[in-house]
Amino acid sequence: MQAIIQTHNLRKVYGMGDIQVNALDGVDISISEGEFVAIMGPSGSGKSTLMNILGCLDRPTDGQYLLAGEDVSGLDKVHLAAIRNRRLGFVFQSFNLLPRTSALRNVMLPLVYKRSEKFTTREREEKALAALEAVGLAERAEHEPNELSGGQRQRVAIARALVNDPVLIMADEPTGNLDSKTGDEIMALLHELHGRGRTIVMVTHEQYIADQTERTITLVDGRVAQDDKNGGH
Amino acid sequence: MTAAQKAKQGVLPVARQDAPKELAEETAVSGLISLIEILRIAWEGVVRNKVRSLLTMLGVIIGVAAVIIMIAISAGTEATIADQIQGLGANLVFIQASFGRGAPGSRDTGPSLVYDDVALVGSVGGVVGTLVDQMTTQSVKADSTTLTDVSVVGTTQDFLSVREVEISDGRFFNETELERKAKVAVLGSELATNLFGDANPIGQSVTVGTTKLAVIGVTAAKGVVGSTDFDSQLYIPITLVFDKFMPSQFRQFAGDDVRVIYAQIDENADMDKVIQQIQLKLATSKGVTVDELPFTMQTQDDIIETQGAATEAFRSLLAWVAGVSLIVGGIGIMNIMLVSVTERTREIGIRQSVGATPNDIRLQFLSEALMLSLVGGLIGVAAGVGGSFLFGATSDMRTVIVPSSIVLAFGSAAAVGIFFGFFPANKAAQLDPIEALRHE
Ligand SMILES: Nc1ncnc2c1ncn2[C@@H]1O[C@H](COP(=O)(O)OP(=O)(O)OP(=O)(O)O)[C@@H](O)[C@H]1O
Ligand SMILES: [Mg+2]
Repeated sequence: MQAIIQTHNLRKVYGMGDIQVNALDGVDISISEGEFVAIMGPSGSGKSTLMNILGCLDRPTDGQYLLAGEDVSGLDKVHLAAIRNRRLGFVFQSFNLLPRTSALRNVMLPLVYKRSEKFTTREREEKALAALEAVGLAERAEHEPNELSGGQRQRVAIARALVNDPVLIMADEPTGNLDSKTGDEIMALLHELHGRGRTIVMVTHEQYIADQTERTITLVDGRVAQDDKNGGH
Repeated sequence: MTAAQKAKQGVLPVARQDAPKELAEETAVSGLISLIEILRIAWEGVVRNKVRSLLTMLGVIIGVAAVIIMIAISAGTEATIADQIQGLGANLVFIQASFGRGAPGSRDTGPSLVYDDVALVGSVGGVVGTLVDQMTTQSVKADSTTLTDVSVVGTTQDFLSVREVEISDGRFFNETELERKAKVAVLGSELATNLFGDANPIGQSVTVGTTKLAVIGVTAAKGVVGSTDFDSQLYIPITLVFDKFMPSQFRQFAGDDVRVIYAQIDENADMDKVIQQIQLKLATSKGVTVDELPFTMQTQDDIIETQGAATEAFRSLLAWVAGVSLIVGGIGIMNIMLVSVTERTREIGIRQSVGATPNDIRLQFLSEALMLSLVGGLIGVAAGVGGSFLFGATSDMRTVIVPSSIVLAFGSAAAVGIFFGFFPANKAAQLDPIEALRHE
């Protein structure tokens, strides 16, 4: 299997005057195509920092990051934006949907910024509607986020993450703001995506959620403390 | 997931099996995103807070409307002046005693412009007609009707051709009658009706002041040109005015002084040359050099230009007022855009996370600022055009809407939007995606 994610000695240092925080202190991980990986660790261990770098929202202070075999650690803001658009889909704890904007228009958003292929508004709508249909929300297409439940909002966010056919889905505590039943529904959706070949990296605080994945990477103080295959799945 | 939900749910897309394209090819960063989408986002930004947007646009609206109305007023004023000057006849040279010297009533003893100079000017080659007029206000009495405050114009026999007035009944007075101070009168068409009704006025008599005159003609209707109502005036030989109607206290200084001699120049002649000839002839007759001659010679274009220069100063003052208003409007736009960037920081983070580049974000907020100023500009154009019409219709000032002023005002509004939108747009573009996403 090809490695989708490969990092070598990844470091992130937050400098605050004289005090320096080593949020990531030499992280080496490799994640293959089609894997479903959970990242765990205590608060402040660097999970979000790692996700931001893997998600090309931020750049490492030092080290190398290969995404689908290509070094992206030195790219500028503009190229990182293009990579986020073409290769990545994000699912956030707080959904991060545009307010006062219909579910459909939210899902269309990544297509708006897609430069490698231009779509008409009509085509964008069709693709977005298909993505909404895939997560079971087609009839809610015209609803705005404040008219949707938390679980529905997260499913809109997943549809948005899928619409550009990404090689990697980054989910930072996707069930963190949901009750356990709704959280299970979202997990079921992620499992289904995984079953259809998607590579998913997910941060979670819940052991039982991590246990549902194939592999758990545990961070402590910005280092990989444990990297285990989860049995029985 | 419930069974019902499951049933409604479509099929999730399978991860693509084909190898991803080369990174460089897939992650093109050049080119614009859909223009329709940019405009749509900008428009939504404007209509989301309608009242706020409208208040923000107010400065631009006022600025644009002010430019258009003020230019319409000054163009209207200029057009009125031009009409008035052109209405005096075609191809005229105005010969006037310089201010304070030789002017009627002046105690200065320099050579003055007198009635005899009219014939002198008329004898210059290239001069096809000459005209002087002296206006007094008199009461005019016919058989049964008395009109007070009638404009009585003393003039010369070339009046018809120079002023382009026609006779509908009878005739105008001739040179002989002029020389002999004949007691004849020509009535404006409206005046004739007012005095005689439907009766034929030719051969009747009118009493002007205390002098009885024979009516020999009536002019054809010409209407009001500039501010002169040709149809309500009474025309008599100017020699008669000198003799009978000059106020006595005036006459003792003035004699037969004339205010201005109009010389109509042959349209094929070289105007400058003819003017030089007139100056030479006048100087010779007065016994002075051309340089000492205390008379000014102006063409109609000269006069219109002089008047134009006066309104020019007025116009540039107004342009400053309008410009300041536009700048204030621009600052209002900048202010509201800065607020908008702060309010929508999280939105910016979301857009960045799905692939918006700094340029996309900059363009979005720049378009929104531009949209505010353009919508404001459009409302301003409507208000300016409407206001100009209204002002022209309700006041005695004339307004002429100048198309280029609309272009200028609207263009300035657009420039203001881009200029004052740039700083907030740049601020938005430079936001860090992670910071922006964390923003509450
Ligand atoms: N922008 C920043 N400036 C300075 N320090 C930062 C910044 N972001 C994170 N840190 C620090 O880096 C370390 C790792 O933070 P991070 O957010 O990655 O932790 P986390 O594992 O996601 O925690 P949690 O489980 O609470 O979300 C922490 O000590 C944090 O204080
Ligand atoms: Mg975190």
